Amino acid sequence: MSTFVLTAALLMIAYFAFRHGRSRALAQAGGKSHALHSLPYYYGYYVALWCGVPALLLVVAWTALQGDIVRALVVSDLPENLRTLPAQELTLLLNNIVNIAEGAALMPADNTDIQAAVAHYQNLQDIAFGALIVLAVTVAVAGILFARGRISPALRARNSVEQAAKWILIASSTVAIFTTVGIVFSLLFEAMRFFRAVPVTDFLFGLEWSPQTAIREDQVGASGAFGAVPLFAGTMLISFIAMVVAAPLGLMAAIYLAEYAKPKLRSIAKPALEILAGIPTVVYGFFAALTVAPMLRNSGDLFGLSISSESALAAGVVMGIMIIPFVSSISDDVITAVPQSLREGSYGMGATQSETIKNVIFPAALPGIVGGLLLAVSRAIGETMIVVMAAGLSANLTANPFQAVTTVTVQIVTLLVGDQEFDSPKTLAAFALGLVLFVITLILNVVALTVVNRYREKYD
Amino acid sequence: MAAVEQTIVETQPAPVPKITARSVDMYYGEKQALFDVDLDVAERHVTALIGPSGCGKSTFLRCINRMNDVIDGARVEGTIMLDGENIYDKALDVVQLRARVGMVFQKPNPFPKSIYDNIAYGPRIHGLTDTKDELDHIVATSLEKAGLWNEVRDRLQEPGTGLSGGQQQRLCIARAIAVSPEVILMDEPCSALDPIATAKIEELIDELKENYTIVIVTHSMQQAARVSQFTAFFHLGKLVEYGATENIFTNPTDERTQGYITGRFG
Ligand SMILES: Nc1ncnc2c1ncn2[C@@H]1O[C@H](COP(=O)(O)OP(=O)(O)O)[C@@H](O)[C@H]1O
Ligand SMILES: [Mg+2]
Repeated sequence: MSTFVLTAALLMIAYFAFRHGRSRALAQAGGKSHALHSLPYYYGYYVALWCGVPALLLVVAWTALQGDIVRALVVSDLPENLRTLPAQELTLLLNNIVNIAEGAALMPADNTDIQAAVAHYQNLQDIAFGALIVLAVTVAVAGILFARGRISPALRARNSVEQAAKWILIASSTVAIFTTVGIVFSLLFEAMRFFRAVPVTDFLFGLEWSPQTAIREDQVGASGAFGAVPLFAGTMLISFIAMVVAAPLGLMAAIYLAEYAKPKLRSIAKPALEILAGIPTVVYGFFAALTVAPMLRNSGDLFGLSISSESALAAGVVMGIMIIPFVSSISDDVITAVPQSLREGSYGMGATQSETIKNVIFPAALPGIVGGLLLAVSRAIGETMIVVMAAGLSANLTANPFQAVTTVTVQIVTLLVGDQEFDSPKTLAAFALGLVLFVITLILNVVALTVVNRYREKYD
Repeated sequence: MAAVEQTIVETQPAPVPKITARSVDMYYGEKQALFDVDLDVAERHVTALIGPSGCGKSTFLRCINRMNDVIDGARVEGTIMLDGENIYDKALDVVQLRARVGMVFQKPNPFPKSIYDNIAYGPRIHGLTDTKDELDHIVATSLEKAGLWNEVRDRLQEPGTGLSGGQQQRLCIARAIAVSPEVILMDEPCSALDPIATAKIEELIDELKENYTIVIVTHSMQQAARVSQFTAFFHLGKLVEYGATENIFTNPTDERTQGYITGRFG
């Protein structure tokens, strides 16, 4: 919280630096902005950047390192008997001290060692923060002084600001990329730990999924089976049902919107369709579980079919409705991108509207549409909430859409819900599932985007 | 013999009118684009429409095959007769009209299909053939008439979009010819082509006029002079002057025509 206040204060200072830089540049040019190399506000940004960027970087680095350094200092000042505890216990003790210092745990009345350590910790924290304030403000002011000294009408402030903007943007995208890479690697390492306990082949080709591990050696029925095939089969079944619903509906909606609808109707219908994409998936989930599933079960009864109240069908249908906007909005884009000249060429030959769509527009837009469908599939595969609520948890290996099935994502959730040890195969299995899922959707997305881009190149 | 024909052409515009436009007004919503246009198009001749940009040449051309129908708010008043039949009559079938009046566009627009399928497009839509042989025959003769056969005979299954610009435009002409139209409308068919491709198309137009009535919009006065027998000069949505091409270029009566032809505006 106090770091937040400090950041806000630094931003304020940077703002004043901006105003100062601007007016100083103007003053040097005798109030005539055309005498300056760059527009006056670029000098403002120039000073503000010199003031704000180093100081904020300092705050970030300091906050990242402060915790560890303070902990190390606290440890080194602990009494001999505590300092030499085994590493794990020492960590526990330290956590305890930090919790007490932050008011999350009670101060033990009898243990003076801990009382001393807590006081020491708090003291160090205060010193560190005080030092940060002084340093950050000094850096900020030094930045201002340095930058204002360099201001002169000949200073190419615009070019410097342009460079700075570029680097700030590069830094931001680097953060995003490194986060992705970090996530992928953590998936990879945890999955490898899992494969040390369960062979890869058992996992990829095993037909039985019952992720229990024995707590005691002699426990009954706790051998544990980690065959992922039923999960992937379930995922496939539900995604397939979803696409059977979404592909024709989404496509026809797109064709109607792009080719038939009057502009006025289109301006209402298109956003309305896209609202579907904004509904939280959990809402779809209870729609599936509370409305669609009972409806399917009742209508199944009418025809003498037994549809269980948790079925792949219910989940698939609702998921299909959920991804209609993906299909329709991408298809709409590619259909609208088909050049008008092709339509005219076809009409000019005497083709009707539907002949033109079938023979010219659809083939021309097909690669883009396929790309859109693939993106929708990868979206369906990754979807969890609807399936948790409507398709059940039982890992049946079946192609019957009326039965309960489960999917990869649902199992990941159930594996990680509740108290778990983080090194049992049961929890690690979640990472292995996640990894495979990631690879599948990655491939789908890459293929889809390549297809879409190749299509774009052709007409732009 | 030729000399006799020449004199007829010079003195008497529109020997046999194929298309007769009378009092044509055309509106895009509120905006009027054509004002009271009267024009007779001679059968089996080339009629050129010239005039400064935005004067309504394309608009008039697109009235002849009712291409403006697809534009929201577009409306045509007056009559356009094709062989004495009003094409804006409610009973008239646009599909059949467009089979009789083909169109070639400013930018070559082959369909993203094979060369063969591009040509076969019209015959298939209109059910002109019963057997594959008949269709093959139509494709071959259309490509021959468009002077493209020798260049593409070995690669009929390759995509039409892979041809050069000039070849694509001749493909589009062949596509239009394939349904045996009576009239071919061309909207600046050479404006996206290089001079050599342009020369080929002009040569082709000259041959086609033996069998087809051709109306061509062009912004090049040299082109109008080279390919057409009749020229209509449009200005601000009005038909200013119409007559034998020679007369229009050598002896224009209206000073606006004179101004445009001598390059004083446009
Ligand atoms: N689809 C349209 N909607 C509205 N106005 C149009 C449309 N097409 C053409 N116009 C207008 O009609 C007039 C004639 O255009 P056009 O026939 O294309 O001229 P050009 O002689 O250059 O071919 C122009 O003023 C143009 O802006
Ligand atoms: Mg035009």
